[in-house]
Amino acid sequence: MNLSNGKGSMSTVSSPAVSKSGDIVSDQFPAGLRVLLVDDDPTCLMILEKMLRTCLYEVTKCNRAEIALTYLRENKNGYDIVISDVHMPDMDGFKLLEHIGLEMDLPVIMMSADDGKNVVMKGVTHGACDYLIKPVRIEALKNIWQHVIRKRKNEWKDLEQSGSAEEGDQKQRPTDEVDYSSSANEGNWRNAKKRRDEDEEAEERDDSSTLKKPRVVWSVELHQQFVAAVNQLGIDKAVPKKILELMNVPGLTRENVASHLQKYRLYLRRLSGVSQHQGNLNNSFISSQEATFGAISSLSGTDLQTFAAAGQLPPQSLATLQAAGLGRSTAKTGMPMPLVDQRNLFSFENPRLRFGEGQQQYGSSSKPMNLLHGIPTNMEPKQLASLHQSTQPLGSLNMRVNASPSQSNPLLMQISQSQPRGHMLNELNVPHVPRLPTSMGQSPVSNGSPGSALGRNGISDNSRGAAYSSVPQTSSMLNFPLSQTTEMPASSFPLRNTPDMSSITSKGVYQDGGSSGMKGSSGFVLSYDIFNELHQHKSREWEVQNMGQNPSYDASQNANPLQGNIDVSPSVLVHQGFSSNQHQMGQNRDAASVGKAMFSLGEGMQSANFQNIGQHQGFQNTLLTDNSVRVKAERIPDANSQTNLFPENYGQEDLMSALLKQQEGMGPAENEFDFDGYSIDNIPV
Amino acid sequence: MKKAELQQEAASIRRSLFDQGYLDEQFEELEGLRDDSNPNFEEEIVNLFYNDSARMINNLERALPMQFDKLDDYMHQFKGSCSGIGAKRVKLECSRFHECCAARDAEGCIRTFQQVKHEYTTLKRQLQTYFQVAKQADA
Repeated sequence: MNLSNGKGSMSTVSSPAVSKSGDIVSDQFPAGLRVLLVDDDPTCLMILEKMLRTCLYEVTKCNRAEIALTYLRENKNGYDIVISDVHMPDMDGFKLLEHIGLEMDLPVIMMSADDGKNVVMKGVTHGACDYLIKPVRIEALKNIWQHVIRKRKNEWKDLEQSGSAEEGDQKQRPTDEVDYSSSANEGNWRNAKKRRDEDEEAEERDDSSTLKKPRVVWSVELHQQFVAAVNQLGIDKAVPKKILELMNVPGLTRENVASHLQKYRLYLRRLSGVSQHQGNLNNSFISSQEATFGAISSLSGTDLQTFAAAGQLPPQSLATLQAAGLGRSTAKTGMPMPLVDQRNLFSFENPRLRFGEGQQQYGSSSKPMNLLHGIPTNMEPKQLASLHQSTQPLGSLNMRVNASPSQSNPLLMQISQSQPRGHMLNELNVPHVPRLPTSMGQSPVSNGSPGSALGRNGISDNSRGAAYSSVPQTSSMLNFPLSQTTEMPASSFPLRNTPDMSSITSKGVYQDGGSSGMKGSSGFVLSYDIFNELHQHKSREWEVQNMGQNPSYDASQNANPLQGNIDVSPSVLVHQGFSSNQHQMGQNRDAASVGKAMFSLGEGMQSANFQNIGQHQGFQNTLLTDNSVRVKAERIPDANSQTNLFPENYGQEDLMSALLKQQEGMGPAENEFDFDGYSIDNIPV
Repeated sequence: MKKAELQQEAASIRRSLFDQGYLDEQFEELEGLRDDSNPNFEEEIVNLFYNDSARMINNLERALPMQFDKLDDYMHQFKGSCSGIGAKRVKLECSRFHECCAARDAEGCIRTFQQVKHEYTTLKRQLQTYFQVAKQADA
């Protein structure tokens, strides 16, 4: 074994060129691979670190899963692969795995002294890319880079497919790659990746030829547009080509849409699956959440957009949303979201707690929630786990609201819809909520609706997650068709069924054109609920139509990487928030719709992540993660500081609340939003 | 001379540790990780192990009567740690303990735990001797 020993220091990397296709061209490869090592056993940790360094990898070690997540969240592109022990005191390794899959979509290798088939199988089902038995030999570590390449390759493949010119350009890739690594030195991986991520949107769209994985950044707005398109077409009939046409986003390829759609579908499935499971978790909480989700689901495409818009929803829109939500809720569920509490809608505290509970339950079931459509897909436990997890770390979450994780949000929403949503919501929402706020605030959702500026303004600023709070105010955004008829275009979405949600989903799903399609029903449904609570039935004027447009939604969040992306998160958050708030609202709120909304959000956020179409988990996870993260972010910060909720990411909150409301609204207006935590503002990005 | 003798002695102790099954190839892996910054990497790891595992042993003792789930959990951690340094015999006893635990055999657990501790302390002593001699040999 002895590799070059001698050096304990890793990274001697010089600047390997990373080809777009993910092949690290550098001769140094895989040296410099950035590994995050998580193990509570100090002996093992030291041994592994040494081994990895000997392999010339760059190692960051930590002994707690929470710390690992913090590192990952703070530096989203700072790691290439994660190696984690299964057995850890503060968090189950599988939960961490799920979180990572959802939020960051990094390859994760599990390790354990336990080589029992069940455990190994668990690793597989949770999405681990490999499973090592302790004691780990250095030989086993030498080849871990393959997982990184493989994952990237899969992602790129999606992109490639869409770009016609790409093939020809492939050859050029290597050269292009060189650019990436120019900065090098240790970083080629990093640089390349960063560049990829950073340039995703621009590059992907414009530069289809470079295969370098032009990740499309699925911002909230983009996701909303996506969801709107999907809803308009009908989830069953939504084919990438048509979605692409409807979305009419320059530079977006059919491949991007296809991969995003795949993820979205998984997300929805998970939501419906999850919702089924969860019935019992914190009912109250869940119900609210579910309501939210349900609302969200109905929002579906619209929702997302709405959410996106929501992110940016100005306080007014939130209000509108709330009103809408409230109105809706009364109409339907009577979600009485006390507007006053807008913050609460998103306050994570409650939901958080709930989630925790819910999650645990869920966790035990470890079944991927399939919120959507009642398809019992299971939401990858990972997602749920992430939800849970997100709740906890919300405080520090910064879940990157941006983009990638947005996925989680939609998922969350979806989850809530499906049913036991409450449970799901908790899980989903919480973590995700935070996310939204961030994005929400930022994106300048330009809701077509005049009044509704969905809080974009407000929200975006806050990005922190206080978005939710803003929701009520803007109400304009959420024009969720409070009437909840949600007919979610996606019939498949279970949301439709829930009375509450129904309106959400389908309605506004597609806001034609620019607006995020939250035409009211869909995404806003949820928010309505929230809003309902918040505003108590304001008129629905919020037509959140422009939800989708808030491109900068997530910008507000701290680091909102999403800037510029569609900040789906906000919407997602909204959903999430709603779900929780909705808590009691029809547990089965159409989580689907919510999910959809969430999904779309997530999608947007994720952009790149969607590449792994094949990786359901990834997507869903991402969705969930994102969402959850978002939600959480929003929530948690708010949990105690309700004030933030609203002011900050108003948009998000609006969305969320709208979504929630819708869900709920479909239901009882009691608004039990526990969503305090969800305030979009709080999404600590 | 003295040095050479010491080295021989160290080598001999080492060999016997392997021959008697106290250590397995994992220990060799650790030795292989030596480098300039950690010229005695395996020793460092062993020390780290013994320091950390004391806590685990305590946990086990406290849980001994008779919280099987906790015991199982703690033992799992302990065993994982042992495997890291290549403590073969200790690991073997840990497996036996696990079996008793799974069978909810309280008496078996107590008995096997004693064996685990015995092997654990024996190995510690032997490794200490080994390292001492090796250090002198290198000095």
